[in-house]
Amino acid sequence: MAKKLPKVDVVIVGVGWAGGIIAAELTKQGLNCVGLERGIERKTEDYFMVHDELRYALRYDLMQNLSKETITFRGNEKLRALPMRQYGSFLLGEGLGGSGVHWNGQTYRFLPYDFEIRTKTIERYGENKIPKDMTIQDWGITYDELEPYFDKFEKMAGISGEENPLAGKRSSPYPTPPMKTTPALEKFKKAATNLKLHPYNRPSANLSEAYTNPDGVARAACQYCAYCERFGCEYGAKADPVVTVIPVAKKTGKFEIRTHSNVRRVLKSGNKATGVMYVDTTTGEEIEQPADIVVLTSYVFNNVRLLLQSGIGRPYDPVSGTGVIGKNYAYQVQKGNATGFFEKEEFNTYAGAGSLGMVVDDFNGDNFDHSNLNFIHGGSIAISQTGLRPISNNIVPKGTPTWGKEFKANSVKYANRVLSVGGQGASMPFRHHYLDLDPTYKDEFGDPLIRITYDFEEQDRQLAKFLTDRCREIMKEMGANKIDTMQELGPYDITTYQSTHNTGGIIMGADPNTSAVNNFSQMWDAENVFVVGATAFAHNSGYNPTGTVGAFAYRAAEGILSYKQKGGILA
Amino acid sequence: MADKSKQQEKNESLSRRKFLKNSGIAVGGLAVGGALGSLLPFKDKTTNTQVVKNQGASESYNLALMYFTREQFNIVEAATERIFPADDKGPGAKDLGVAYFIDHQLSGDWGFNSREYMQPPFFKGEKVQGYQGRLRRREIFDIGLREFQNHSLTKFKKNFVELSEEEQNDILTDFAEDKINLTTISPSGFFNMLRSSTLEGVYSDPLYSGNRNMEGWKMRNYPGSQMAYTQVIDKEFTVIPPKSLKDHLGH
Ligand SMILES: Cc1cc2nc3c(=O)[nH]c(=O)nc-3n(C[C@H](O)[C@H](O)[C@H](O)COP(=O)(O)OP(=O)(O)OC[C@H]3O[C@@H](n4cnc5c(N)ncnc54)[C@H](O)[C@@H]3O)c2cc1C
Ligand code: SF4
Repeated sequence: MAKKLPKVDVVIVGVGWAGGIIAAELTKQGLNCVGLERGIERKTEDYFMVHDELRYALRYDLMQNLSKETITFRGNEKLRALPMRQYGSFLLGEGLGGSGVHWNGQTYRFLPYDFEIRTKTIERYGENKIPKDMTIQDWGITYDELEPYFDKFEKMAGISGEENPLAGKRSSPYPTPPMKTTPALEKFKKAATNLKLHPYNRPSANLSEAYTNPDGVARAACQYCAYCERFGCEYGAKADPVVTVIPVAKKTGKFEIRTHSNVRRVLKSGNKATGVMYVDTTTGEEIEQPADIVVLTSYVFNNVRLLLQSGIGRPYDPVSGTGVIGKNYAYQVQKGNATGFFEKEEFNTYAGAGSLGMVVDDFNGDNFDHSNLNFIHGGSIAISQTGLRPISNNIVPKGTPTWGKEFKANSVKYANRVLSVGGQGASMPFRHHYLDLDPTYKDEFGDPLIRITYDFEEQDRQLAKFLTDRCREIMKEMGANKIDTMQELGPYDITTYQSTHNTGGIIMGADPNTSAVNNFSQMWDAENVFVVGATAFAHNSGYNPTGTVGAFAYRAAEGILSYKQKGGILA
Repeated sequence: MADKSKQQEKNESLSRRKFLKNSGIAVGGLAVGGALGSLLPFKDKTTNTQVVKNQGASESYNLALMYFTREQFNIVEAATERIFPADDKGPGAKDLGVAYFIDHQLSGDWGFNSREYMQPPFFKGEKVQGYQGRLRRREIFDIGLREFQNHSLTKFKKNFVELSEEEQNDILTDFAEDKINLTTISPSGFFNMLRSSTLEGVYSDPLYSGNRNMEGWKMRNYPGSQMAYTQVIDKEFTVIPPKSLKDHLGH
């Protein structure tokens, strides 16, 4: 028998960016919240020894321990899904702050086109532009409706940036100026300008200067220390939930965080949730936490898994295309890029910051004409200076052997002579890309793992080629002596890191038949369950996701507050 | 057996002497410091004491083995040196302590795959689904090193460590390109693991017993672990003497 605790207003499952924002906003308004986080407590002092590439970047010190739980993967429904036994394609966050602790901080707003993708694509190119199995749909919200929430997230985090001429309208400028421009970034900027593109400094959650946010949280400026993504920030300069929203929630006295608390089920009665059941992983004890409102903020895979396990919402059926939980899993097309080797110059690429970069959006969204192209959407193209750490960066010109004398000579020679320009391609959903429960593999408690069925499509191959060509043009203009590029996108491969930008599965929309949550992230089928995160994305854009996740979280918090007063479906 | 290992030792000191000559390091000199330690045969007590003296501040008690047998260690030292050889730019894997690094790594979490999903059932999958074997890294190393040895004996009638550099390269190539057939492990899978752990040993913080005296970093002007780069981030290329994690503790 599970131990039953006193009821609270709200239980939050997973305390990363989404969970932290919800906690701060609700507790500020007087709601009692419990945050259940299965990982450990984290604080800035933990990162005293953080400049350790082996421990953090290669042994994944801050990531979820896969021996306890992983995902399974297969390219299509005819194959047997097998467990992701080791990390590769993406990394899973665990512990207070979630992946927000070890993210880069590249903070974008999705494009107005994204939110109305189906309508706008048909408007401009006709219905035939959309392949039969491509299940794009409008998100049930517009950019303009979401703008105030983007603004809120950016001010909370102190995003450093400058106006992007090709993005949606802003109600106010970025709260802090852009980060420093480096010689490598300058080169990109000049080349892009020569090519009549529109370069801008990447919006960054690594503070360009000291900043105090509207909640009164003060943080120091980024030191360009180059141990950022996959690492925690020893200065608190990188916006992360532990140094921004979580202390604000704690200060209210209304937020209780329980770490080492692994939620296994959402409990329900009829069409409403009654709380959650979790395991205290230090004792193994099963505990029931009743609540008026349940908020799932446990990242894409666990949000979907918890609903499927708990029998909440209608599971997606890829054969009939009906049901919604697990639908429209999407990812990112990350491999379209160009690597340039510079014989006459060396760069301080050992230095950098997670979000330091220069971007163009001329080939993102519908910012260019797709009439004669065999794909829709596009991607941002950028040069990044995140710091080339030496174990992971031994980039040699094509044709160099991968080991031995010549390899060593070239890897040492080019260590500071390589620049890359890369595309971050959007990822469209397809009827046969989805998440469900694996029939074979289990987690440490014997619960089924989540199963990913996903592969790249012709849309992705065409897009990757297109982005590669654009990247090569820019790199050529930058004056590289030799340029290497991707040849073929190939099949989706779970073994090499691409991005932790997994999306979909509990998508947002205006129609309960084709979406799982409304634009307050409230479940159509269970009105007191809110699911917040990139699960809501009906497709993935040509940007990193968290700016949009943050905006959704602020809007969801507003929704939860009004639901608490009025009840019922909000939209 | 005894004969074999004697022969082996002789060969090792020969090749080490050759390396010393090629790389212009004088055995008697003080300049080489810690780099010398790994170049000299284990059992040579006199030179060992000399090394300890010469090393002075960088004296290191962790140049001992936690997992490998002596024979395995010698193979790893020779093989990683072929993957990342000494040249005029700087030391190779052997000199940087890479074999110690790998030994120490195998003795912990990484060697046991303890933070990875190792639950059955085990099925052979598509390449894009990643490693699906039941063997853990230390077992793969045991098998892989034995197969290096077997293949050397079959192909050249000699132990791996007795082969010439070219012959060793030949053996490694056969593994890297799956030119041999093994039922237990994937030859290229093992080779890739050896290759990536070589680079880890060359470039990780010296805390882990590789990258000795930060020579790996120095070779490519990598500053190691610095607290801040605000002064150089927007400047032209700047060489900064490296620091390691040890410096942050104030030693
Ligand atoms: C290396 C890296 C770099 C990245 N860089 C960027 C970037 O530059 N820009 C960008 O926009 N995005 C980036 N991302 C992605 C970004 O980190 C995520 O989008 C963001 O953190 C998602 O927030 P979240 O709150 O939805 O989930 P998470 O931050 O993943 O938090 C989920 C939390 O829930 C907990 N949890 C899960 N299941 C349970 C359960 N059953 N019970 C209790 N707790 C549970 C987890 O332990 C975790 O702490 C990056 C990610 C990684 C890994
Ligand atoms: S690069 Fe900047 S934001 Fe990132 S960890 Fe270092 S100091 Fe912090």
